[in-house]
Amino acid sequence: MIGEVLVECAHMSCAYNSTLAIKNVDFTIRKGDFVGIVGPSGSGKTTLLKAILGAITPIEGHVTKKPQLRMGYVPQVESVDWNFPVTVLEVVVMTRSAMGRLPRVTKDERAGASLVLERLGLGGLENRHIRELSGGQQQRVFVARALFHRPELLVLDEPTSGVDVRTRHEVLHLLADLHDEGVSIILSTHDLNGLAAHLPRLVCLNSEIIADGSPVEVLTPEVLEKTFGAPMEVLIHGGMPVVVDGVGADIAERMSRLG
Amino acid sequence: MSFVLSGIFTPFHYQFFNNGIIVATIAGALCGLLGVFVVLRGMSYIGHGLSHAVFGGAAASAVMNINYFVGAGVWGVASGVIIGRIARRRLIGADAAIGVVTTASFALGLALLNRYGQAKKSIEAVLFGSVLGVNTIDIVAVSAVAVLSIVLIVSLYRAFLFATFDPEVAQVSGVRVAWIEALLMGLLSLTILVTMRVIGTLLISALLVIPASVARMLTNSFARMLWISPVIGAVSSFTGMYLAYFLDTSASATIILTGTLMFIVVYTVTGLRGRTRISGLHHI
Ligand SMILES: Nc1ncnc2c1ncn2[C@@H]1O[C@H](COP(=O)(O)OP(=O)(O)O)[C@@H](O)[C@H]1O
Ligand SMILES: [Mg+2]
Repeated sequence: MIGEVLVECAHMSCAYNSTLAIKNVDFTIRKGDFVGIVGPSGSGKTTLLKAILGAITPIEGHVTKKPQLRMGYVPQVESVDWNFPVTVLEVVVMTRSAMGRLPRVTKDERAGASLVLERLGLGGLENRHIRELSGGQQQRVFVARALFHRPELLVLDEPTSGVDVRTRHEVLHLLADLHDEGVSIILSTHDLNGLAAHLPRLVCLNSEIIADGSPVEVLTPEVLEKTFGAPMEVLIHGGMPVVVDGVGADIAERMSRLG
Repeated sequence: MSFVLSGIFTPFHYQFFNNGIIVATIAGALCGLLGVFVVLRGMSYIGHGLSHAVFGGAAASAVMNINYFVGAGVWGVASGVIIGRIARRRLIGADAAIGVVTTASFALGLALLNRYGQAKKSIEAVLFGSVLGVNTIDIVAVSAVAVLSIVLIVSLYRAFLFATFDPEVAQVSGVRVAWIEALLMGLLSLTILVTMRVIGTLLISALLVIPASVARMLTNSFARMLWISPVIGAVSSFTGMYLAYFLDTSASATIILTGTLMFIVVYTVTGLRGRTRISGLHHI
């Protein structure tokens, strides 16, 4: 069964001050999708997500969205100003800015935010400053902000960068639960084995789209070399592809000579 | 005893002092309010640049015999909008470009005053501020800008918060970020325009930065910063102005030094309480 189209990029190119960041991207997100964008840093993942979101206007081609599509965006943790004086609650209700105007957080908003925070395991942290949280909690505050107005499409930029294994598992479980509840998800990552290999659909990006398909179709040495510009090997473990750094064996051999 | 007491109130017997201290106190509060955005966006150079740009407008209007508020106002708002545009593009060296534009404006003003101005005194008054020239119009002007700023910032509070914290997401969530930024630049230009005659071109950027920095150290809440910072700005301006009378020092310099003293005290106290205690600060 093929879901309705939520976002469609057609021959899309985006640039910063006339330097091309992504070029000629053809790409569709449908209802029910759970897509991972993989590529090395600087390959245009953030740019693609921002173009989908509408924060960047393509210089060529176009992005079409389902009318009134509700999207929630979770930025890369590194792009957040953690010293900014805001509490967890203030961040979560922030997207309501267009409606509620006065400084005070309304009772309804507080109740709605508590519900979302509770479900993300952040209950009781409403009045904490955002810097006073652990890495996983910080990540989830922004997930809470995105979920606060019930998005149909959740857009996450590198949701597992810089978090430990346990937090990564928590994030994955959370996303899988949300997906089960009908939220469509697109995320970017450069974590191939920890995150990408678990997703139903992957898009390999290196300025251009190199491949688009299931992990088994996409995680091949040829595609990976084209995407990351470095040799990689792929093993199959328990029916799932596992990517091994091609340089690894070489380094291991040299290291063993040292020892 | 009564001599000492009456001595304390002596300055208030002078109309110029009363006008000066009223304008300075409101100016301190106003700079404290807008300084919150200046500090949180890390754009103190814009306050510095704008005041230098406005100096050009002030000089031009003096030389051409145009009303100060009109001449410097048009000049200041125009440069504020231009600076906002340049800064938003986030080109490398945007701050350098702003530096060029505004110091050129400053230099032009200086040259105009040298060539066509009447007295050296007027240059000094614009550079360092003066309480002597302050009159009712200044009180009305600074009060009007203060009321306008409070009304706009309170009624558009969430848009201001969102656009300051996370402009990109704010934009896609329906906040008109460009509009909010233009508004902020306009208010900042107006603030500089109406406070410059008292505080002076050279020290105004300090009054935009010090109260907000002190407030930031005292609270982790944006909403609270928005009132703590104006209070600190008002208190340091009032105290500085008052002390200047007895110390026979420049009013603006004394105001800035008072603010700096508060900064040092708060910095030391919050530092002494240590990192572990900072977490307890969020309910202040
Ligand atoms: N604000 C910006 N200004 C100029 N160039 C940028 C900007 N953001 C990204 N780029 C450039 O665009 C390219 C793609 O960046 P990005 O989308 O952030 O990649 P990724 O998220 O995969 O690391 C990179 O070459 C980067 O240097
Ligand atoms: Mg990125």
